[in-house]
Amino acid sequence: MRIHRNQIVRGEERPDESDMTLITPLLAKYRGKRGGLIPLLQSTQHLYGYLPPAAFPLISEATGVAQSEIYGVATFYAQFRLHPAGKHIVKVCHGTACHVQNARDVTEALVEALGVPDGGTTPDGLFTLESVACLGCCSLAPVMMIGESTYGKLTGSEAVRIVKEIRIKESREKQD
Amino acid sequence: MGKTKVIVGLGSCGIAAGAAATYRKIEELCLAEKIDIELGKTSCVGMCYREPLVEVVDEDGSYLYGEVDEKRAIEIVEKHLRQHSPVKEYIVQTDLFATEDDSFTRNQVKIALRNCGYMDPENIDQYEAREGYLAVKGIASKGTSRAEVIQTVLESGLRGRGGGGFPTGMKWKFASNYSSAEKYIICNADEGDPGAFMDRSVLEGDPHSVLEGMIIGGYAIGASEGVIYCRAEYPLAIKRLEIALTQAREKGYLGANACGIQGFNFDIHIKEGAGAFVCGEETALIASVEGRRGMPRKRPPFPAESGLWNKPTNINNVETFANIPWILNNGAAAYAAFGTEKSKGTKVFALAGKVKRSGLVEVPMGITIREVIYKLGGGIKGDKKFKAVQMGGPSGGCIPEYLADTIVDYDSVNATGAIMGSGGMVVMDETTCMVDVARFFLDFTRKESCGKCTFCRIGTKRMLEILERITIGEGRESDIGELEELAQQIKDNSLCGLGQTAPNPVLTTLRYFRDEYEAHIHHKKCPAKACKSLITYTVDPEKCTGCTVCAKNCPVSAIDGARKQSHFIRQDACIRCGACFTKCKFEAIVLS
Ligand SMILES: Cc1cc2nc3c(=O)[nH]c(=O)nc-3n(C[C@H](O)[C@H](O)[C@H](O)COP(=O)(O)O)c2cc1C
Ligand code: FES
Repeated sequence: MRIHRNQIVRGEERPDESDMTLITPLLAKYRGKRGGLIPLLQSTQHLYGYLPPAAFPLISEATGVAQSEIYGVATFYAQFRLHPAGKHIVKVCHGTACHVQNARDVTEALVEALGVPDGGTTPDGLFTLESVACLGCCSLAPVMMIGESTYGKLTGSEAVRIVKEIRIKESREKQD
Repeated sequence: MGKTKVIVGLGSCGIAAGAAATYRKIEELCLAEKIDIELGKTSCVGMCYREPLVEVVDEDGSYLYGEVDEKRAIEIVEKHLRQHSPVKEYIVQTDLFATEDDSFTRNQVKIALRNCGYMDPENIDQYEAREGYLAVKGIASKGTSRAEVIQTVLESGLRGRGGGGFPTGMKWKFASNYSSAEKYIICNADEGDPGAFMDRSVLEGDPHSVLEGMIIGGYAIGASEGVIYCRAEYPLAIKRLEIALTQAREKGYLGANACGIQGFNFDIHIKEGAGAFVCGEETALIASVEGRRGMPRKRPPFPAESGLWNKPTNINNVETFANIPWILNNGAAAYAAFGTEKSKGTKVFALAGKVKRSGLVEVPMGITIREVIYKLGGGIKGDKKFKAVQMGGPSGGCIPEYLADTIVDYDSVNATGAIMGSGGMVVMDETTCMVDVARFFLDFTRKESCGKCTFCRIGTKRMLEILERITIGEGRESDIGELEELAQQIKDNSLCGLGQTAPNPVLTTLRYFRDEYEAHIHHKKCPAKACKSLITYTVDPEKCTGCTVCAKNCPVSAIDGARKQSHFIRQDACIRCGACFTKCKFEAIVLS
């Protein structure tokens, strides 16, 4: 059994992804509620870090929406993940302001440094590299967001330095 | 005179620039040294280019300090707060003497942004002290009728700030005409245009204004419920909205007999978006609130007749709502006094890109684009040549420098082929390749197309493929013609605004920068030296001093060479990021 750390509730272990009883209170909260499907999927993802396949039949039963339709919704929106992600999600902004200020260099440098393609997760499960469109901090372009921290006025090497620092911190924590 | 006030700007942009650390530092120092001050917070005043910002108000006046990192914070605490001698060189604005940054504020008229940066957004008392909830109280005490509210908004000339520019009063009138026990008013806070952040700043800096605008709109159309559809990428905005909602409920502005208006039972809820640009379109937004895939549908019926849960629904943008309380308090004529014949009032713009002062500005309609970029924005970064400004995001276009005297109003901007849009202004200089910009937007719309209409789904992909091959030097003679043909077909055969406007970035760049397309296609050259496949970086051995700075800064270790000896870039490893080019002090890196 793999245990993922939750990047939202920092410092806590992410709950066992095969334990579907964890979503029981969520199912009860949204059962039969009009328009409840997306908030239910959001809170499920908040809990597990992604949408585990085993959750689909339960969500379908609670909402009365067919599983096929739930997959339709889950794949339509960029927010939902069908696979576990790394502990730190590195979101590099590729909005207009960041694009004209060389956001591509940031992603390219991170691809090289982390050894994963854009959208990929490092083998140690520490980082998932993603591209997003505009984090709303355009005045600091180019920008990236890791967890809840936003970093502005980046260059490729600066971004790599930040990620390396997190990696060092992580390995220190592991030793402790 | 009371205590000295110290106010730190804690908007998303400020926090990203390190304002939270600045806040903690000031708190810690003042506590340790027993300096008695009143430490407060506010949101973004728009001077994002000077973040983190700290305002000190003492008995002599107010001083706004810029770029206050922890080091500067220490100095300000020591010199200003302890020794009462302000640190002049860090002051960006004060009421005591003129500064260079005055020109940024002087040319603005703040209506929608009237409170942003001037109060604590998490404190309803401060909002009330600034005429907050005065408009709704007025409605309750004077017994203003729904029709009168609508008439005022109509007369103000306010047009929707979400991009479409439809008269808000007219929209409210339509929605009020349908009678139904269930009726909805929705605030569109999806802000999808990449490169725009007006709505985020308003929500973070002044959430109560948006709520009050929604309450007024809800009353005017006879709504039973309000919904704010906010993108999930704005966690701070959502948090502050939630706080504001709780406070407004506690004070009776929401709930049964809201604001003391008998029989007006009205509450507002937040719906978090899940990351889809198309959900900014109103029918797609409604589908998303209902828990479905956010796909637009045919109109009519318009939401005013059949919207959320098939009930009459009115949708307005964040900035539109933020203007409403001011209009009711100051009168329609006061609002209409600003602006041009057909575009009244003010508009907020998010200035970004290659402009010196990027940030948020609110200007009266009718000002020229050049004034916005030069007078407020301070001109182009690094004093490079101004090439174009992108307005309207993926639905808009690039306005070239020679049309920069176009005035900011719906019709004038439309005439250029761009659109006013929601207020993103991304400035581009001579180093921005316009073909690449067009490619960038098509890549965006292709990804964000919901897939319902064939021409939008496949047409944008075909256009993107053509633009991609042009930017890597494989463009064909027939490409420009093909782009124009596809553009027309996509415009004609798409159901919603996304597809209908998706070709605009290509059409405007073809119209104004055709020579750049031709240079890529015929000569395999990128005049802006931006398209990576068409450029190389090399070291000029004559100028290279072997200082190793380039090698140290190369993110992919593609530069070899011993100290004090000429360096060499391995072309197969080079990712053409230009880091060496910018870092080299001896101009020894050659871009060709
Ligand atoms: C593809 C697409 C995306 C849109 N995105 C937004 C948006 O992010 N925010 C917004 O307020 N309006 C957006 N709109 C416009 C809305 O459909 C709608 O016209 C607007 O919210 C109405 O408010 P207003 O009249 O106050 O401008 C979008 C329209 C389209 C076609
Ligand atoms: S474009 Fe990157 S933050 Fe807006």
